[in-house]
Amino acid sequence: MNSSVIVFPGSNCDRDMDVALNKFGFKNKMVWHEDYSLPKSDLIVLPGGFSYGDYLRCGSIASKSKIIKSVIDFAKSGGLVLGICNGFQILTETNILPGILQQNKYLNFICKNIYVKIKDKKNKYFKNIEKDILELHIAHNEGNFFCTNEELKSLEDNDQIAITYCNSEGLENEENNPNGAIKNIAGIFNKNKNVLGMMPHPERMIDKYLSGEDGSLFFENLIRNLK
Amino acid sequence: MKIKVLVTLKKGVLDPQGKAIQQTLSGMNFSNIQEVRQGKFFEISTDEKDEAKAKSQVEEMCKKLLANLVIEDYKII
Repeated sequence: MNSSVIVFPGSNCDRDMDVALNKFGFKNKMVWHEDYSLPKSDLIVLPGGFSYGDYLRCGSIASKSKIIKSVIDFAKSGGLVLGICNGFQILTETNILPGILQQNKYLNFICKNIYVKIKDKKNKYFKNIEKDILELHIAHNEGNFFCTNEELKSLEDNDQIAITYCNSEGLENEENNPNGAIKNIAGIFNKNKNVLGMMPHPERMIDKYLSGEDGSLFFENLIRNLK
Repeated sequence: MKIKVLVTLKKGVLDPQGKAIQQTLSGMNFSNIQEVRQGKFFEISTDEKDEAKAKSQVEEMCKKLLANLVIEDYKII
């Protein structure tokens, strides 16, 4: 399985993602934002970070970068595109995914482990994953997912909500919502579920000695579903 | 020619920064402040001589980049 990680000026989770993808069996390539074409890939990842210094709005400048047209074409042709954190913000700014990630409700940069509930397993990312609740890591200032009522209804009607913030028991409420996101949304799919944007970082949870292993579950499961 | 643009959050969209500014102002004894909404201001210098054309070009910029229409409105001033 081949993967590509797009590197923007200001990306800072690109190498962690590279390590994670290689660890679980992907042959990964790094692709610079000024390239126009993508190497042959089964998965494209838009990594976390602060592309273009978060100027204007998070992800807005990256969403107009040279490589993005190829990423959009790849997504539209059914290719798997995974956006983590800033990558999620970029996907909403390209309109591949609806909504926007606003500043966190309480104006704080949040950096901690959280739990998310997997809301849909009829997709290549979560199909057959052993757990329903994952412990992952978040680190963001703009993770407060917001969309119009019509967009929310469409997300719900089409089972496009991928993961929601919850506690270790799976309880989704205000107390377990770190950033004020509508309906505790931590990640969503496009209609065809080949594109996934999520704020939590699975690539930070791939070592039982350093962090946790629920990220390992995510990548192991993903590559199994792609084979 | 210079075209000026204001980008503001739509009514009803949460503005935590505006709220923090409002609370700070209240703490500074500006006690009659009801609400503060924070926005962005752009000044765009263009070679275009025709004002109508320049404004329509800026309008396109607003829709495509300067504002995110999910949460923001723009006004060319």
